[in-house]
Amino acid sequence: MSVPAAASLRTGATAGAPPETLSDARVPSSEMAKTASLADVGPAPAGRRRIGEVVLDVQRISLAFGGVKALTDISFDVREHEIRAIIGPNGAGKSSMLNCINGVYQPQQGSISLRGKTFRHMNPRQVAKMGVARTFQNLALFKGMSVLDNIMTGRNLKMRTNLLQQAIRWGATEREEAAQRRVVEEIIDFLEIQAYRKTPVGKMPYGLQKRVDLGRALAMEPQLLLLDEPMAGMNVEEKQDMSRFILDVNDEFGTTIVLIEHDMSVVMDISDRVVVLDYGKKIGDGTPDEVRANPDVISAYLGTTH
Amino acid sequence: MGPFLETLFGGLMVGMLYSLIALGFVLIYKASGVFNFAQGAMVLFAALAMARFAQWIPKLTGLNNKFIDNAIAFVLAALVMVVLAWLIQKLVLGRLVNQDGITLLMATLGITYFLEGSGQALFGNDIYKIDIGMPKDPVFILEKTFQGGLLINKEDLYAAVIAAVLVALLALFFQKTATGRALRAVADDHQAAQSIGIPLDRIWVIVWSVAGVVALVAGVIWGSKLGVQFSLSLVALKALPVVILGGLTSIPGAIIGGLLIGVGEKLSEIYLGPHLGGGIEIWFAYVLALAFLLVRPQGLFGEKIIDRV
Repeated sequence: MSVPAAASLRTGATAGAPPETLSDARVPSSEMAKTASLADVGPAPAGRRRIGEVVLDVQRISLAFGGVKALTDISFDVREHEIRAIIGPNGAGKSSMLNCINGVYQPQQGSISLRGKTFRHMNPRQVAKMGVARTFQNLALFKGMSVLDNIMTGRNLKMRTNLLQQAIRWGATEREEAAQRRVVEEIIDFLEIQAYRKTPVGKMPYGLQKRVDLGRALAMEPQLLLLDEPMAGMNVEEKQDMSRFILDVNDEFGTTIVLIEHDMSVVMDISDRVVVLDYGKKIGDGTPDEVRANPDVISAYLGTTH
Repeated sequence: MGPFLETLFGGLMVGMLYSLIALGFVLIYKASGVFNFAQGAMVLFAALAMARFAQWIPKLTGLNNKFIDNAIAFVLAALVMVVLAWLIQKLVLGRLVNQDGITLLMATLGITYFLEGSGQALFGNDIYKIDIGMPKDPVFILEKTFQGGLLINKEDLYAAVIAAVLVALLALFFQKTATGRALRAVADDHQAAQSIGIPLDRIWVIVWSVAGVVALVAGVIWGSKLGVQFSLSLVALKALPVVILGGLTSIPGAIIGGLLIGVGEKLSEIYLGPHLGGGIEIWFAYVLALAFLLVRPQGLFGEKIIDRV
C-alpha cells in the first residue's frame, strides 16, 4: 500500500527530474499511503487535525524588479492548521512569493492579510512580531554560534527583560533565561539533535543544519511557518526525516505551514493543498491529486509539444 | 634578560591600548559591516568629554571628592557616547542601509571630521589632563630574579588590569545575555536576524554605544598617561594594522594583534634600531600589516572568504 508514494519519494530524490515524479500522477494514492511512506509518522495527520478558516489571504499580488515581472496577479489562501505548498519550476517566483509574505519584498500591487489584518510596507521584523516564522533556502544560520544559542535567538521576541537587567543578570533575567531554555530544550528533543547542543552549527552536517534552521523558527512559536525549500540538497533519508518533522510540527503544534519546494514528489506526499506557479503566474491550485491532473501543470513541468 | 623583559612589558602596555581601539573597529564591523574610520575620533571625543566634565563638575557642584567627580564625569561621558551612537545611527547610517561598503566608509570619514571639529569646539582645543588618580611612580619587581630587578610603571599595570576587566565584561555580555546573543546573531546574518524579529537599528545603536564606551576607556587610559589632545585621534591609525593582523571579524584577534604590534614595535626599536637607524616604531606596524596582507589577507583569526564558483 505504501509502495507508490515511497517510490515517488525515491525517484524524486535520485533523479530530481519532474518527468519521473509526474509519472506517478496517474497512480492513485490514498491519504493513508502517503503517511505510511514517510516511515513512523504515526496516525495520518489529516485524521486528527481540523482544517480551520482562512488565516493567510493573498490577494492579487504583483511584484516587479524594474522591468522584470517576478509575480503577476497571484491570489491564494491558506487555512488554519493546513500544510500548503507552493511549487513550480526554477524561476517560477516561489521564493519571491515567500519573501512577499515575509516582508522582505513589498509587492507593487495586491494585498496580504494575516487573520484579517492587512499588511503593507512591513519589514521582516514586524511580520515576525505578527507570528510568522521562516526558514531559509540557503541556510541563514548564525554559524559561529552553538545549536542552543541559535535556537535561543528564536526566543528573542519572547524576552521581556531589558538591557540593564540582563547586564546585572539577577532575578528576573535568570528566571527568564531558564524558562526560555526549557522551551528550547523541548525543541531540541523534538528535532532529535540533543547530541549537538553545544556544537557550532557551522560544523554540523547539512541535513542537521536544516533542522536547526527549523528549530529556530519553531522557537518563535509561530502561527504561520514559512519553509523555503526545506529539502533542497538533501539525500533520501534526510528528506524523509524532514518530511516527518514537518508533519509532526503540523500535527503536534497545529502550526499552519506554507512550504516551497521544487521536488514535486515530496510535496505531493505531505501537503493538503498545492499552488503551482510558472513564470510568475499561478497555473494551478488544489489538492495534490487535482494539481497532478491539471494539464497546465503537466505541461509546465514536462513542456508541451508544439 | 632584564632589558628585554622591560621592553616586552612596555610593548604589551602600548599594545593593549592599540587593542582597545581595534576592539572598537571590530565590534562595529562585525555587527554592521561598517568599517568605522571614526573610531579614533570617537576616542578623542570621549576623552575630551571626560577631561572637561571632570573639570567642570567640581566647579559647578562644589563636590571636591576626586573619585566621585571622576565617576560622575565618566558616566556623563559614557552617556554622551550613547547619545552620539544614537545620532549616528539615526542621522547617518540608518539612511544608508544597503549601500556599498565604500559609501559607508566615506560616511564614517565624514563623521571623523565632524567629531574632531565639534569635539574641540564643544570642549576646547587645549591639552587637557585626565587625572583619575593612577599612581605615577615606577616600581621594581622580580628583584631577586634579576640584578636590579625590572622597572615597571605602576600606571601601566593598572591600565592593563582595567583593559582586561573591560574585555572580560564585554565577553560575558556577548556570551551570556540575550542582547549579546542578538548582537552575535546580527553579526552572523542580518537577514535571518530580522526574520526572527531582532530589531537591526536598535542593535546597531547598542553596538555603536559599546564601541563608544570602549573608546572612552581607551581615551581615559591614554589621556591619563599622555594628556588629551588632538593627536589622540591619530593613534587610531595604529589600530588599522592591528585589525589587519588580527582579522577584522575577530575580537580575540584584535586583542592579540594589538599586543603583537605593541611588543613588535618596541622590541624592533631596541634590537633592530641600532642597525637600521632608528625610528622603526613609527613604521613597523604598517610593514608588518603589509606582509600579512600578502601572506594571510584574512588576518590571524579572521574568517577566510571562500567564494563558491
